[in-house]
Amino acid sequence: MSSAVSSADRPTREEHGSALSDTLVVTWRNLKRIPRIPELAIFAILQSIMFVLLFAFVFGGAIPLPGGGSYREFLMPGIFAQTLAFAAATTAIGMVDDMQKGLIDRFRSLPMSRSAFITGRTVSDVIYNLGILIVLMLSGLAVGWRVHEGVTRFLAGVALTLLFAYAMSWVGVWLGMLVPTVEVGQQVAFTAIFPLTFLSNAFVPLPTLPGWLQPVADWNPVSAITAALRELWGNPNPYGTSSFPSEHPVLMTLIWTAVFIAVFAPLGVRRYRATSK
Amino acid sequence: MGSPVGGPAPAITAEGLTKIYRTRAGEVRALDGLDLQVPEGSVLALLGPNGAGKTTTVRILATLLRPDSGYASVLGYDVVRDAQKLRRVIGLSGQYAAVDENLTGRENLWMFGRLYQVSSPTAKERAGELLDQFDLSGAADRPVKTYSGGMRRRLDLAAALIGRPRLLFLDEPTTGLDPRSRIGMWDVIRRLVREGATLLLTTQYLEEADALANSIAVVDSGKIIATGTADELKSQVGGERVEVIVHDPNRLDEALRKVSDCCLAEATVDRHTRKLTAPASGGARQLVTVIRALDDAGIAIDDIGLRRPTLDDVFLSLTGHAAELAESESEPATAVPAGSTA
Repeated sequence: MSSAVSSADRPTREEHGSALSDTLVVTWRNLKRIPRIPELAIFAILQSIMFVLLFAFVFGGAIPLPGGGSYREFLMPGIFAQTLAFAAATTAIGMVDDMQKGLIDRFRSLPMSRSAFITGRTVSDVIYNLGILIVLMLSGLAVGWRVHEGVTRFLAGVALTLLFAYAMSWVGVWLGMLVPTVEVGQQVAFTAIFPLTFLSNAFVPLPTLPGWLQPVADWNPVSAITAALRELWGNPNPYGTSSFPSEHPVLMTLIWTAVFIAVFAPLGVRRYRATSK
Repeated sequence: MGSPVGGPAPAITAEGLTKIYRTRAGEVRALDGLDLQVPEGSVLALLGPNGAGKTTTVRILATLLRPDSGYASVLGYDVVRDAQKLRRVIGLSGQYAAVDENLTGRENLWMFGRLYQVSSPTAKERAGELLDQFDLSGAADRPVKTYSGGMRRRLDLAAALIGRPRLLFLDEPTTGLDPRSRIGMWDVIRRLVREGATLLLTTQYLEEADALANSIAVVDSGKIIATGTADELKSQVGGERVEVIVHDPNRLDEALRKVSDCCLAEATVDRHTRKLTAPASGGARQLVTVIRALDDAGIAIDDIGLRRPTLDDVFLSLTGHAAELAESESEPATAVPAGSTA
């Protein structure tokens, strides 16, 4: 027992000591929920498969790629990026759901690490998203998507995707604490993320967008991760103009994820501590 | 519940706690200079209507909320500065069962035990003991969403005990429970008390405070307005009283004069229920006098009796309003007796 007077806001040594195990306990608790409400996972998987099939068969013939190449190979990294951008929504909804219940008071009244509750949420969501990503990849393989650049670059792409999803989860943590109910959380998350995924190169090649929109889409984080995956995996990646994001998509993705985590993790933790003070 | 050697320091000290909630409609002064002392090893009930400030007090003492001003310490820890250390030695069971619906009872207890920083094997063992003790063994491995309200509350209380706290906060432990579950909850709480737990419970049920606590603090509008044992508080409103329900509302005033004359004291009247109440220092003999006087005047009565004061009377005499009515001042009184239509 340290005799030093500790501030309630500043984490003490004791707190750091339990942060890892507390985070694991919270992660365990969140993952337990998945098999207990199987409908959630089943419909998330069906939705992912549906997206792959709809885009592959409906848009596949209508969108020609500048420079040629298979639309389906072009499409799949976009689908991965879109689905994992929605990690923010998954996390936001999970957060609101917890915050609305009396359960949150119990967590707050426990001598656990203050950040474990939300860190555990982001970790369990990454594991959940990995599951979704695997289903998406299998569906992609079924419609003709292939990776051409070897195992290392394939795994690098998977890691980058999960890192991106993790960063989006932190956006979701913050969003989840701003909104009063699950329903509002759903609306807000979808309203914010749909334009993000459609104003990008995920489904259409950038050169087909109006000129004024191209820089917006070019700097969009969803475009960055999509282009990064296409580049890593040797999938078609047509770009109109040359710009920093289009020339360094992997670096751009890393910058975006770092920015998201650096901004939203402290905001989320602070908001969690401040709620109902 | 091994409480340590009882020193002179009180388990809970609160001085001048204030808390203001800012809502769109304006400011609500939830606590307005609340002072409180609870000795170690005792059971204190915070008694008051909804909105009196009971839950706010518990939330501040249990480190969930910061006071706007004032000071509070629990078991020697400042509730703001030493919050994290304090959390290790307290347990909180709230108004709503704060357990995870998707986990089983056993998983819930294990999880909260781990987060109390209890080792995994110890948490497992303790979870098993508590499930037995609270009559939940049969349902231990079922998800909590299949539990009844009473079972959830018992699990919630078990969760508050998993870290072997030295002090337990129970915020309205029986609100919303059916009468049978409420009695079951009382038994559980009484057992904890016998084992020597220091306990602070809040309730809006006067009989509950009477049944469970050895001292009572009456809260109204964010302040403690009286403290004492149930008997001490009851003696404040005097001894036995005679209560009469007059049949005809039009003769209420006449009856009021008769009853006041018989009892040599001003009787009080509740016009909605046509009830007259007056101190009856003469006990049963006085009751006979009242019956005779009313009968002679030809005033019909629906009911009459001698009553020992309840905590309801205490609340009424302390605050000038009934405990149950305080929360619903905006609502119209609905207790219009049958047969009172003009």
